[in-house]
Amino acid sequence: MATKFTAKPDELSKIDHKPPKKGWMDTPAEFKEHTFCWGAKGKNLNIVDFPNARDWSPAEEDWKLPENWQEIVLEGIKDRLGKYRSFKLFMDICVRCGACADKCHFFIGGGDPKNMPVLRAEILRSIYRKYFTASGKMLGKIAGARELTLDVLKELWYYYYQCTECRRCSVFCPYGIDQAEITMMGRELTNLLGLNTDWISGPVANCYMKGNHLGLEPHTITSSVEFFLDDIETITGIRIKPTFNRKGAEILFVTPSGDLFADPGTYTAMGYLMLFHELGLDYTWSTYASEGGNFGFFTSNEMAKRLNAKIYAEAKRLGVKWIIGGECGHMWRVINQYMDTWNGPADFLEEPVSPITGTKFENAKSTKMVHIAEFTADLIKNGKLKLDPARNDRLKVTWHDSCNTARGMGILDEPRYVLRNVCNHFYEMPEDTIREKTFCCGSGTGLNASENMELRMRGGFPRANAVKYVRDNYGVNMLANICAIDRATLNALMEYWAPDVSVCGLHELVGNALVMTGEKERTQDLRLEPLHGKEAEE
Amino acid sequence: MRILFSFFAVIALVLSAYAGVKIANLQFLFGVVIPYIAITIFTLGFVYRVLKWGSSPVPFRIPTTCGQQKSLPWIKQNRIENPSSISGVIIRMALEALLFRSLFRNLKTQLKDGKLVYGEAKWLWLAGLAFHWSFLIIFVRHFRLFLQSTPSFIKTIEGLDSFLQVGVPLLYMTDIVLLGSVTYLFLRRVFIPQVKYISLAADYFPLFLIFGIAASGVLMRYFYKVDIVGVKELAMGLVILKPVIPQGIGVIFYIHLFLICLLFAYFPLSKLMHMAGVFLSPTRNMVNNSRMVRHINPWNYPVHVHTYEEYENDFREKMKKAGIPVEKE
Repeated sequence: MATKFTAKPDELSKIDHKPPKKGWMDTPAEFKEHTFCWGAKGKNLNIVDFPNARDWSPAEEDWKLPENWQEIVLEGIKDRLGKYRSFKLFMDICVRCGACADKCHFFIGGGDPKNMPVLRAEILRSIYRKYFTASGKMLGKIAGARELTLDVLKELWYYYYQCTECRRCSVFCPYGIDQAEITMMGRELTNLLGLNTDWISGPVANCYMKGNHLGLEPHTITSSVEFFLDDIETITGIRIKPTFNRKGAEILFVTPSGDLFADPGTYTAMGYLMLFHELGLDYTWSTYASEGGNFGFFTSNEMAKRLNAKIYAEAKRLGVKWIIGGECGHMWRVINQYMDTWNGPADFLEEPVSPITGTKFENAKSTKMVHIAEFTADLIKNGKLKLDPARNDRLKVTWHDSCNTARGMGILDEPRYVLRNVCNHFYEMPEDTIREKTFCCGSGTGLNASENMELRMRGGFPRANAVKYVRDNYGVNMLANICAIDRATLNALMEYWAPDVSVCGLHELVGNALVMTGEKERTQDLRLEPLHGKEAEE
Repeated sequence: MRILFSFFAVIALVLSAYAGVKIANLQFLFGVVIPYIAITIFTLGFVYRVLKWGSSPVPFRIPTTCGQQKSLPWIKQNRIENPSSISGVIIRMALEALLFRSLFRNLKTQLKDGKLVYGEAKWLWLAGLAFHWSFLIIFVRHFRLFLQSTPSFIKTIEGLDSFLQVGVPLLYMTDIVLLGSVTYLFLRRVFIPQVKYISLAADYFPLFLIFGIAASGVLMRYFYKVDIVGVKELAMGLVILKPVIPQGIGVIFYIHLFLICLLFAYFPLSKLMHMAGVFLSPTRNMVNNSRMVRHINPWNYPVHVHTYEEYENDFREKMKKAGIPVEKE
């Protein structure tokens, strides 16, 4: 039934932002091909004991809902209103000023009015008003209230899986209303009915059983890493011997499994390996806690907590002192704002101290987990790394702040500091598209599937547009970031909107620039491409 | 439809006050009973709504960080937009409540020849600020009606507000600013297509109501002069709980008062509660220190996890083959 997504960029960039004549309450969602993900498979929902586990398809008329689905949703709303002040408040205080409207990448790139954050929220608010407020009960539509019909449920589903929880709207909202928070609630409600997507529920089931989203089994992890080690040896002449599940190591290292699986994340993983080797760091990987990311976070609070629990559990089992986390976006929102609350206190760990520089990471003294960009920035500041940024001279780099690390944490200048030390050509994108105003890749929160390619290209349009600007003006050819989903999705986005720009993680550039003890003269970068100025020797 | 509904609702309310006072002589109802009812609804409703929000916990520390985090000592933190201390939060909230900091960031995103352009968009911020501040000043000015002798700070405010020294009685600038800004806020709802699309009757109604309040106030002060001594007598009577209805206050006063009462009564039932809500917003009023200090979720509960033991049972042989240490040989 699926056709290939073939729309050309010039077609897709004709965007009409004018809303239609007909009011939004009377316009049911139209499920357009290439804008939504396939439904979850029953077996994956069963693995994590989710309700109404069965195969289903959003495109089909019959969603195979339980008989009392309305009751389940309304009970679910009531429960969450009592648990989350944010949810209750955000249902009540929006004045519909519209400041958020043109801040959402899906609205900017698509023009569908229900992708204005305010209307996305109103979809759920209209149900809330009907069943939980006096005015909505009495006045109905005139008070902005709607019955929870099947059409309304489908609309909720369609648009809540067109939000990447990037929080950009929340930066501009005068009351800080955060659509990410509302989307989380909406998605929890859909999960009460078994309405997850395949692209989220599959990784969730994998991560639960095998420790990582990709379902890499322990021996596959070690053999993937072996491949990296071969390449590193080819490039540097040095054979690295990392350890796995080693008890008594000082540090546990956790990174998204995407780094082990596909380019260009794999180059980032090579960077980690080289850096830790050069430092002689006493650290271990884990095959059990082999996922930093958390697709449970796109499902429900409880599922996220269940997946996240492995990190502390493994740190405890192995007896490490503290944890370093790799480059990932939503992983760090979770670690910064949720992990300690869910699965702490991590009183079996010690306050993190860099064994190389002696720096105490005061900002991580409770969670005991340090971001690798913080760790590396500290090393560079203390002069502990020998770096040759000229090895990245082939590259003109720009920096993409990932939504979660920018707006759910604020790690902005650490990676820039590292970047400036490992490459010579760094250009910022326009200021309204970076830092706290950064644009999403368009594929976060489990929307990085292939069947929703139009949605992804539309959602990523504002990001790509800013990249194109620096490409055209400064010749930028590399888009660096600290997010595994970015590394997995931005390539497709660049190919579509801004060809000739590649994507890399920060530590790939670190790996290139890092002068290692006893290395041979490098002629290749981590992608096995000739270094700048070494082409002739090839 | 949503506009007309709200407009005629306000017109009907004005007419009912007019008829009630002018024809039916219900001065006591409109001058005493309704104000008491409105104040009661406002107070109880306001408190109820805030307590109801407050009764739901804040399970996670979820500030929206809008600047550099506190990290290594040599990296300059943005202490206000990404606060790691209470004082940072207080400044952040003060900027938000007093100067509408977030709205000040507003941008206009436009697509020109396939390129996105981000332009300044400060009108909403300016009009919003003008509206709220002029409303507040006018509100405070009215205190002179409820106090035996007028405190000096109110006189100062009045002096500043009328410093243009135009007209008799002196023109208050805030009257003009309020009417102007509320008109702007209405017109943008009508003329900006996206804003029109998202607007509900509940968005137009308070604008009409407030316009009606301001307009009737202006008419009363500058055109159809009412017996101000009588008004003060009535107001004082309400305050000391010995209500009186002085004769000969113009009907325009009762219309003005009735619309104000409606605003008060409507307030806790509506989006106007953003006045209190903004202070409770977890994305703004929380410290970003959840890696330094553990935040407690009062309803945190144990969950099912897939333990290491179970994992090793699934993969023990494969792990051994790959040289990965195991707990049980």
